[in-house]
Amino acid sequence: MAADNTRGIREGYLASEPGKGFIASWLLTTDHKRIGILYLFSILSFFLVGVVFGLLMRLELISRGPTIMEAHTYNAFFTLHGVIMLFLFIIPVVPSIFGNFLLPIMIGARDVAFPRLNLLSWYFYMAGALLALTTLIIGPADTGWTFYAPYSLRTGSSVSLAVFSVFVLGISSILTGLNFVVTVHRLRAPGMTWFRLPLFVWSLYATAWIQIIATPILGVNLLLVMAERFFGIGVFDPAKGGDPILYQHLFWIYSHPAVYIMVLPAMGAVSEIVPVFARRVIFGYKAIAYSSIGIAAVGSLVWGHHMFVSGFSYTAAVYFSLFTFFVAIPSAIKVYNWVGTLYKGSIVMDTPFYFVLAFIFLFSIGGLSGLILGALSVNVHLHDTYFVVAHFHYIKFGGAGFGMLAALHYWFPKISGRMYNKRVANFALVFLFIGFNTLYFPMFILGYEGMPRRYFDYLPQYVLWQHVSIVGSWILGASIFTMIGNLLVAAFRGAAAPMNPWGARTLEWQVSSPPPKENFETIPEVTRGPYDFREGA
Amino acid sequence: MDAKETKERIVGAPTLFAVWAALLGLTWLTVDLSGKGMAIFVLAAPFLIASAKAFLVVDYFMRLKYEPSIFRYIFLIVFGTIAVVSFLVYQDVAYRQ
Amino acid sequence: MSKPHDISHRDYTGAKLGMWLFLFTEFFLFFGPVLLYAVFRFRYPHAFIDASLKLDAGVGALNTVILLTSSLCMALAITAMQRGRKGLTLFLLALTVTLGSFFLVNKYFEWGAKFAHGLYPGGEALAGNADGTAIFYGLYFFTTGLHGLHVLAGMAIIIGAALMVHEGRINSTDFVKLENTGLYWHLVDVVWIFLFPVFYLVR
Ligand SMILES: [Cu+2]
Repeated sequence: MAADNTRGIREGYLASEPGKGFIASWLLTTDHKRIGILYLFSILSFFLVGVVFGLLMRLELISRGPTIMEAHTYNAFFTLHGVIMLFLFIIPVVPSIFGNFLLPIMIGARDVAFPRLNLLSWYFYMAGALLALTTLIIGPADTGWTFYAPYSLRTGSSVSLAVFSVFVLGISSILTGLNFVVTVHRLRAPGMTWFRLPLFVWSLYATAWIQIIATPILGVNLLLVMAERFFGIGVFDPAKGGDPILYQHLFWIYSHPAVYIMVLPAMGAVSEIVPVFARRVIFGYKAIAYSSIGIAAVGSLVWGHHMFVSGFSYTAAVYFSLFTFFVAIPSAIKVYNWVGTLYKGSIVMDTPFYFVLAFIFLFSIGGLSGLILGALSVNVHLHDTYFVVAHFHYIKFGGAGFGMLAALHYWFPKISGRMYNKRVANFALVFLFIGFNTLYFPMFILGYEGMPRRYFDYLPQYVLWQHVSIVGSWILGASIFTMIGNLLVAAFRGAAAPMNPWGARTLEWQVSSPPPKENFETIPEVTRGPYDFREGA
Repeated sequence: MDAKETKERIVGAPTLFAVWAALLGLTWLTVDLSGKGMAIFVLAAPFLIASAKAFLVVDYFMRLKYEPSIFRYIFLIVFGTIAVVSFLVYQDVAYRQ
Repeated sequence: MSKPHDISHRDYTGAKLGMWLFLFTEFFLFFGPVLLYAVFRFRYPHAFIDASLKLDAGVGALNTVILLTSSLCMALAITAMQRGRKGLTLFLLALTVTLGSFFLVNKYFEWGAKFAHGLYPGGEALAGNADGTAIFYGLYFFTTGLHGLHVLAGMAIIIGAALMVHEGRINSTDFVKLENTGLYWHLVDVVWIFLFPVFYLVR
């Protein structure tokens, strides 16, 4: 493989196209890899914006009373932080970046099923993102990212535009999901049977189904909010005989499964990385594959656990609490199978693997604290406190976010054709891990002691843990910028990466780094499973 | 999965006209039955007839009958979702305190 | 765009699978307001029945017949295209669009009559009403309005497909775009098949 290191870097899909300007070759591309790169840069930019909002919100709490902003600014900040982090970052990040880039290569296809639709999907994403950021200028929404009625029907802030931006982002998400389902069904290479699919593909497939089924229900809910605001149709307005709890139903019918849109693909990436660094076939391939489907199915029955104190019926609450416990089963199956894979593996310690270890640790804390919140009686005490904030940051950032970072460090050499500085990456990860726990773990304690979420002020007894948490946010912020800086430097100045730096067996590592245009000279014939590490296999 | 070209089945005009006539008949029936009979019938009959009409449109006009079976499995997913979502929302609105 | 390996090879089943998935998202879009309707129908049965009786089931039935007939024309257009009869295809597509516009004109007069009586969200007849009547009309205008937008979009798509038939880009050997256009139009029909009883007949 020595010859690989001497190749030029701006090769493959990154090579400039003759007769096409630089801008056009990117903005009008239908190459799934280039579209993945478009997503990579846009999504990570918005992520950094969201990080800055988060850091400022923490900073506001450094002393009691208004410090750097007034209460309504704080409301606008947590709304925008939520909208950006959820709809612009963590929902699309793994499917749109890594799914786009890798899914066709992993199943031995030249592109996704509908390449032009794929590009359109990116434009919808950008339109939605720009609309969301426009609200920042004309008066950001102050409802929280959940846009709960009836407040969202009455507030003077630009809820309609914010809601519309989320609607547009939903279209983008649906088109991506639709594209992936058809791609997996129709474009698998000869011999690529369903049970030879890499587990990342399975998780993307399950995710795509959630995107297709759940997103329209959010979409129409948002349209109803707009109709309420413009015409006063009354369905969510108690003054007209409407029912605001129905808004919460329609909202969480999407938004709980959306948690699985975030975390399933990250789990899929982890399922790729674990066997590669354990150098053995993954333990329980079918269990992991089916548990993705199981999570998608059971996960759509639990949305009511967000509504335990909303005044909806106790009968429903019992159902939703029960199903919430059930959904822990497929998630736990995955964790056990990853750990089972490591058992007696010949483990190679390397940067992506460290990320995976951090992921498993943080996701387990997030999942277990979710069970605490799923219990009806405990939930009444902890509802809308920092405990919830801590829980979902452990799931979405510690789980989905760290999984995404693991994926980024695992596939970076394939995507860019260059290798990053592993020592800086490891160093940033250690500090990210420390900062993360310093930032969010105190929130469990604060929430347990009764600190409500979304307040810009607090009582004196919370000072200590608030301050610990704020220091954590600085460590976390610094390590995020270090990590992304490290990758940016590597993208332009890094050493050439070999074709298969980690010794993986899936198809994307059997093509050059970066992959050639159209991925394969000839479509490969698949004769073995994705995690077959036997010599000569 | 190389041979993507499948022979398209042509649905003849007489079949389509017959389906159309059935649809018009069902429309007449549902308007005629509207508001008559017991309360449960008043609620159920229009939806059963509408489902029959939708079935005709989907199967013949939209040619689902002639598509690979995967298309039908997708329908099961959709109906399952609708049933489950409706059931759970019903558990709330029917038992509100 | 001459590529060594043409990745845009024809995959009719794939293209139609994508279209069907898209149609399901549209279906779920309408499922939301219909679910709300069901909830409120049980909460305010009398107000909903009274409000429904104020809608003209005759006009609703006429619109149903119009849409069903336009769906027939669309299905016939595809059969005609498969048999290579371009002129007949274009005629049937024109008929489909015309019937679609009839539907909208009908809807326009129907809505106009309700507006004249102040029966619209924020209208004088519904001001301060909290017994469910306002909700009925809110859902009625929202859902039929959303459906009307889909009719409009469907007509635009059919016109686009007709132009492609005219140019020969859709022809008797390559007609999946026409089929997908038809699928969209039939979906608009199926949605109306359900909306008609929901608002006009369950009384
Ligand atoms: Cu949830």
